[in-house]
Amino acid sequence: MIAEAGLIALWLAFALALLQLTLAGFGLAGGKPELLGSVRPVAVAQGVLVGIAFALLITLFLRSDMSVALVVTNSHSMKPWLYKFAGTWGNHEGSMLLWVTVMGVAGAAVALFERALRRDTHMATLGGQAAISLGFYAFLLFSSNPFARVDPPAPDGQGLNPLLQDPGLAFHPPTLYLGYVGLSVAFSFAIGALLTRRVDAAFARAMRPWVLAAWVLLTLGITAGSYWAYYELGWGGWWFWDPVENASLMPWLAATALLHSVTVLATRDALRAWTVMLAVIAFSMSMVGTFLVRSGILTSVHAFAVDPERGTFILVLLGFYIGGALALFGWRVGAVREGAPFELVSRETMLVVNNLLLSVILGLVLIGTLYPLMTEAFGHKVSVGAPYFDRIAGPVALILMLVMAAGPLTRWRRDKLGLVARRLLVPGAIALLVAVVLATVAWGRIGVLPLLGLTVALSVGAASVAPLWKRNLRRTPLFTWGMVIAHLGCAVSLAGMACDSAFTVEKLAAVRVGDTVQAGDWKLRLLQISPIAGDNWTALQADMEAVRGGGRAVTLHPQSRFFASPATATTEAALLTRWNGQLYVVLGQEAEDGRWQLRIWWKPFVTLIWLGGVMIALGGALALVGRERRGWLLKWRGRALA
Amino acid sequence: MRMLAALIAMLLSAPVLAQSALPPAPYANRQISDPAQERKAKALMETIRCLTCQSQSIADSDASLAGDMRSQIRERIMAGEEPEHIRAWLIERYGDWVSYEPTADPILWPLWGAPVLLIGLGLLVLRGRIRRKRS
Repeated sequence: MIAEAGLIALWLAFALALLQLTLAGFGLAGGKPELLGSVRPVAVAQGVLVGIAFALLITLFLRSDMSVALVVTNSHSMKPWLYKFAGTWGNHEGSMLLWVTVMGVAGAAVALFERALRRDTHMATLGGQAAISLGFYAFLLFSSNPFARVDPPAPDGQGLNPLLQDPGLAFHPPTLYLGYVGLSVAFSFAIGALLTRRVDAAFARAMRPWVLAAWVLLTLGITAGSYWAYYELGWGGWWFWDPVENASLMPWLAATALLHSVTVLATRDALRAWTVMLAVIAFSMSMVGTFLVRSGILTSVHAFAVDPERGTFILVLLGFYIGGALALFGWRVGAVREGAPFELVSRETMLVVNNLLLSVILGLVLIGTLYPLMTEAFGHKVSVGAPYFDRIAGPVALILMLVMAAGPLTRWRRDKLGLVARRLLVPGAIALLVAVVLATVAWGRIGVLPLLGLTVALSVGAASVAPLWKRNLRRTPLFTWGMVIAHLGCAVSLAGMACDSAFTVEKLAAVRVGDTVQAGDWKLRLLQISPIAGDNWTALQADMEAVRGGGRAVTLHPQSRFFASPATATTEAALLTRWNGQLYVVLGQEAEDGRWQLRIWWKPFVTLIWLGGVMIALGGALALVGRERRGWLLKWRGRALA
Repeated sequence: MRMLAALIAMLLSAPVLAQSALPPAPYANRQISDPAQERKAKALMETIRCLTCQSQSIADSDASLAGDMRSQIRERIMAGEEPEHIRAWLIERYGDWVSYEPTADPILWPLWGAPVLLIGLGLLVLRGRIRRKRS
């Protein structure tokens, strides 16, 4: 019954989305404004229904209902409950249901909480949101029904990919999807504003919190995903320039550009057409990413839910929505004036350069990701990977970081080059010092890019806290704090990346029980190997002892695990975190002579990569709260008076 | 009874024997003792695609073929061969697909022009947005 109820809820949500679009359409363009009053309740009801459908699918997974096809192919009754729960979205149908759920709930949130937007634009936005949801509901209902039954019920399920059986699965995909799909709100806002021809500062102020919220979640999702891949895949890598990673990076780059251009629009009423364009691009990149991931057209380390046949359906949806939005943009952009041009030395110009460079990186990642597809069409299989992206996008990103250092220290409207340069004196001096020291100490031992990266990171770190210099810190607005922390986070993250690629020590060893290995400053001893068992796996676990200098010995327990269903072996790395880095130990196989393979890395300051990511997200959250708090206070006072 | 026990023992040990039937490549998981050579080998391995995995380099793959390729690369580096020469040999053997480094083939050259093109395009757009100096 639960599966049927879920399917009914999904169909009802589909019907309500259709109703929502019709009401908004006739209300705005069909001369029946009285219909508009029903748009918001319908949007809320649609969000609730799709939420119910998703909750019912989770219930089916938790109860291990083996009469449902999706549960049979992706779950197992012996799995710990956390992975039954999170396994709901560890497959194609479930993750697409999560996608439409986020879209429906985001639409409901726009219906309930958006107060700043003009009424007609608000209604057009909700109509737009319903229009995109419709396509994805149709995709689920007609080609990926998550509630399909099997008859007779299977005795038990086939299990979940062991790589996914990790607490990361409970956190990473939902956060990433909230960000990914949350960008659909910005897309709908853009559609709404183009339809009603109202692109102005007030529109930008209304859109900004939604963009910020989606961006914060996307940042957290990517950061979490990177750390998860780092500790789970067992080779110490944290970013592979893999198509699936690029698919999440591209919306992030577009959203980051949007975040900055929307601020220009809100403050100076300029960059109107560009901001609308970016809002369209950001969610388009989410859809392109989903197409790349779901269609299986590109091979990837992270593709756990792939089906080539469905690719065509998504491709049609993609062409329809992106093409439609761009056509609307082309049709209406004539009515949108860009506003007055800028002075060369001004905050506006800095932000335009920021947008330009982010767009260039986005373009490069997109071209690099799709290029193998294009050459394959000509019968030529090639690979484009880290060597290309590092060398091409890396330098552009470093220039972007420098602009990020200078931007907040430049005034709006008009500034003097000499004054900006004087404000950058201290960061510049730090950069010079770091470069000289690094060049003399480590020349030839570390690459040029990490060396530049460290230099830029330290100077940008100094420059990003400079806006707080000589200010009353208690009276500094929260959104300024947010900007400072987010920019500092970029520098921290960059420092981590540069340290990891410059100073990592790798040690591969084959050792007998009782032997000692030296890796960097660490001495590791293999004490014993013993078998242990978990809920649905068995493992060989090594007991190891790690000592640095004259310090206390710490025990480590790397495992190599064997899962029965599906039959797979995985490695569980042992991580030892210190303030200045991480020790990463992996237990490999036993050789014939009784020695055990060990892979050991000492990664100085590698944790800064993810600390920086969290700081960036925190900065965004502070900016969001800082901007919105004034509105909340006013509303609260208004209520208190009434 | 002893026969039966021996038979069971043999059956149990069969998988172990099967595993060791193929001797693992000697340098799959063993570093070259000269750190400079090992750095060279590692840099090359990071740009060679594992052919049996999903989008991973052979430097971070557990696949046995990746291990064989790592061993090949380390042995050739130790024999004094240049990394780009080894890459050419690998491409000849497995096709362009095996190299992540997009220099191998003229079909990839446009990729290196992309940044110039994009930045140029951006500057063109930017020029219209900036006010000229009033003379």
